[in-house]
Amino acid sequence: MRCIALVELVTAYLGGELDGQTRARVDQHLRTCAGCVQYVEQMRVTACTVGKIRDEQLDSAFRDRLFGAFRDWN
Amino acid sequence: MPGAVDESALVAALHTGDEAVFAELVDQYSPSMLRVARGYVPSHEIAEEVVQETWIALLKGISKFEGRSTIRTWLFTVMINIAKARGIRERRDADAEIAAYTGGTVDPARFRPPDAPKWPGHWKEHAEPSPFPDTPEGSVLGNELVAVARRELDKLPARQRIVVTLRDILGFDSGEVCELLQISVANQRVLLHRGRAAVRQVLEDYLAEVL
Repeated sequence: MRCIALVELVTAYLGGELDGQTRARVDQHLRTCAGCVQYVEQMRVTACTVGKIRDEQLDSAFRDRLFGAFRDWN
Repeated sequence: MPGAVDESALVAALHTGDEAVFAELVDQYSPSMLRVARGYVPSHEIAEEVVQETWIALLKGISKFEGRSTIRTWLFTVMINIAKARGIRERRDADAEIAAYTGGTVDPARFRPPDAPKWPGHWKEHAEPSPFPDTPEGSVLGNELVAVARRELDKLPARQRIVVTLRDILGFDSGEVCELLQISVANQRVLLHRGRAAVRQVLEDYLAEVL
């Protein structure tokens, strides 16, 4: 397998969604290719980094509107 | 990822008008709801209306809420329906459009040409990816990377942004996302892959500059 093909399989690889044969070819490639090992790791870290996005503050006027709706309801 | 919560207790609390519980849910989900809604409608203002309508629908339906789906799944299912009804974008051909695009997610110049006598299609010597540094929780660099990732996420094409948000921020699994967005498993994966790859590229560029 070539690196240029492997990089397009990384998401399926990380998600455990590759068929057994393809997965074995990826694993085999990774045993001898430091660049692709790093690429897989970078994609894993990227997903984790995106997963840390969360502390956005809601616009306070919008938040107040939502609470207004809640109070009207009760 | 938001931890598992006892949702029957949440539902009961909402039922009795517990504003603190409502506040917690609103703050936890509304930013992601806005990000997803914005992929369907033409303005931030309309996205806010869609999110507000969704919360009202939850309150209206709370007495009938049987806990068959989680609150999170319920919110996004209802919201996407409301957003689609308000949306102006034609989405019926989504699957065909995704399939039609076949470009790679990494700059082809980083690989040896297909006709190279040795190792065609492999990383060029100085183009191999290098390790992303360890960034402990709360470190300055770690926070900067999250900020860089967020800016890129907001620039992604709508469908990629929606899928990455649902998968990586909210933790929905692939089956749930296919169901919510009415797309195939393969296309869900393609959108997630392109979105993550775009974010990876900006993280790599950013680190090359600051390290």
